[in-house]
Amino acid sequence: MTDLASSVAPPRPTLSDRAKFYGLWIATALVLLLLPKLFASGGSLTTFSLVGISIIFALSYNILLGQTGMLSFGHAVYYGLGGFLAIHTINILGFNKWPIPLPFVPLIGGFAGLFFAALIGWVMTQRSGTAFAMISLGLAELVASSALILRSFFGGEAGISANRTKLFKVFGLSFGPQIQIYYLVAAWTLIAIIAMYALTRTPLGRMCNAVRDNPERVQFVGYDPHVVRYLAFCFSGFFAGIAGALAAINFEIANSAYLGAVQSGTVLFAAYIGGIGFFIGPIVGAIFVTVLSLVLSDLTQVWQLYFGLFFIIVVLFAPGGITGIMMMHRPLLRAGMLTRMLPSYVMAALPTLALCLGLMLMIETTVHYTVNPHEDPNRVAFGIPFNAASPLTWVASAVLIIGGFILAKMAWSRVAQTWDTTLTAARAKVHAL
Amino acid sequence: MLELIVISTLNGVLYGMLLFLMASGLTVIFSMLGVLNFAHASFYMLGAFFGYQISRWTGFWPALLIAPLLAGAIGAAVERFGLRRVHRNGHVAELLFTFGLAFAIEEVVSIIWGKVPVDYRTPALLDFPAFTIFSTNYPAYKMFMLAVSVVIFIGLLVVLKKTRIGLIVQAALTHPHMVAHLGHNVERIFMLVFGVGTALAAVAGVIAGPSLVTQSNMASLLGPILFVVVVVGGLGSLPGAFIASLLIGLLQTFAVSINASPATLFGPLGPDLAASWLNDIWNVTIAQIAPIMPYLLLVLILIFRPMGLLGTRET
Repeated sequence: MTDLASSVAPPRPTLSDRAKFYGLWIATALVLLLLPKLFASGGSLTTFSLVGISIIFALSYNILLGQTGMLSFGHAVYYGLGGFLAIHTINILGFNKWPIPLPFVPLIGGFAGLFFAALIGWVMTQRSGTAFAMISLGLAELVASSALILRSFFGGEAGISANRTKLFKVFGLSFGPQIQIYYLVAAWTLIAIIAMYALTRTPLGRMCNAVRDNPERVQFVGYDPHVVRYLAFCFSGFFAGIAGALAAINFEIANSAYLGAVQSGTVLFAAYIGGIGFFIGPIVGAIFVTVLSLVLSDLTQVWQLYFGLFFIIVVLFAPGGITGIMMMHRPLLRAGMLTRMLPSYVMAALPTLALCLGLMLMIETTVHYTVNPHEDPNRVAFGIPFNAASPLTWVASAVLIIGGFILAKMAWSRVAQTWDTTLTAARAKVHAL
Repeated sequence: MLELIVISTLNGVLYGMLLFLMASGLTVIFSMLGVLNFAHASFYMLGAFFGYQISRWTGFWPALLIAPLLAGAIGAAVERFGLRRVHRNGHVAELLFTFGLAFAIEEVVSIIWGKVPVDYRTPALLDFPAFTIFSTNYPAYKMFMLAVSVVIFIGLLVVLKKTRIGLIVQAALTHPHMVAHLGHNVERIFMLVFGVGTALAAVAGVIAGPSLVTQSNMASLLGPILFVVVVVGGLGSLPGAFIASLLIGLLQTFAVSINASPATLFGPLGPDLAASWLNDIWNVTIAQIAPIMPYLLLVLILIFRPMGLLGTRET
């Protein structure tokens, strides 16, 4: 038996591999530490805090979707309940003057998420796939609607607010200024990322992947897929609760929007756009989606439409998400052949950009006539001034859309051809070595 | 009391039939393509708004015909250019695609028609009380809604069970390759079924629009209930969806009219408990929890009969 085990077990990582591995984490910690030194404005600190929260939330979501194959439409339930429990905890701690400082409050949120996930999860995880998706949606609606009925706990429409500075102070930290909140969020983000990464390396994490890929086979091997799904669900609820508690600490308020469908949808968008097949995917997605929504909402008033369209395009053309696209290029990079793709990418990017520009013009012109018809037709969207009333704008958008579409279609099929030949060449080169 | 029961039953059956009109399209699409169309309620909303817009130009009756055709055409296009492409990437990708679609449709509708309810009125021809029960006038339009729902229900059953088209569709559900070998274009059948399913949802939208509120969040209000219907009835079971629709329709309308709470039944809580959050649960009336009744039913079904009322499959 020992012979077999030693021959099957992977070789122990070499010293340089381990240095690379730990170096990555230390580098992440350093970046998190130095980030506010580089961007010290209040706006960027708030953005960083929001990004950190959304990273934890998106990673916790990916325990379900990416690792265990459960598509949940109600993940905000655990996030929101974590947030509410955190707010109530802050109020109770502040009122009774118990010597528990603020940095431990996210743990309370995490246990709240864990508790409710453990409570609801057993019936939910009996089924997977489409049925699970719908059931999660129904239960999310149940909790979100109940929040408006149970007013004294959830605070009705207005929500519950708290004062985070009233808590027991350690090292003289009041957690009033945003910079202290940033470091609190950053520390918890790093802890949560490491914990969730470690989870993927445990036997449970491996069984989750097995359940996602082939539940029948897992059953034959002797594991109960239901139990594996349930455990994954509980862990996911725990980390979602931490994210919710951090959000509640950041805003000093929890309201029913925390539990709602919009929140569940946003985390799904973030995880999927980033790429659910990779551990780093949801992190990329959380950063991308949070920053994009902040930037887009400044540029145009119908940013949510662009958001939805972008999501559809990712589902249609890049099921691996942003990370998936990046990882696709790794073999080319290794063979040093990435530059061969560049000309065809540029060729395809130009008509695609024209197509996007035409669509934006069309959407913004429509918005002018439907949302604010009595205002000045000279509008600015994405920094581009245009006249919505002028026929020239319509002609331009029509030409851009139709011309861009035809050219983009041709250019992208060229890209596919170049891709195939380059990839074959790259493989040949690597194997020849 | 009798008045309450009669009126609530009528309203409940009406609401249930509307639910079924949508759930039938959803269930047929699900059994065919294996994907739950998350945007199904969005097509119901599109039907309502198209119906509103067309009825302003041409009157209600042409709208009743044109709006579902339009929505059905959009549905067919969605299947042809969207779903068919995502199909290779598995069911999760398909569900996500329709999820994104539902999101985008809601945004587009709120851009075009605004976020406030539009003034979609019942046609003048049907704007009179049909009959009076216990001094309550029952509008003729509601009877018309009921009639349309029943006619479509029977029509759907006849087409699926008795005609050659139904035979081919049913065969394509289980044995697509065999049907393709027999010379039928399975892909086109799928597209048409998707189009017909979304058109059914749009019919429900056109006729429900004047009676319920036509606004840009009507899809997100109804969508989850639709999924509850499908799960409670049993995935892919048309009779199950019918029973579940009626059950939920009746449950919700009866709940709305019952103004009892645990406090009225068992008396108010003691003064020291009245300030706690238990007081909320104690004083909540059944009418207040009517909106969450379907979800409570979902939880009960999950615990006691996970495959749904008439479902046969576990997944």
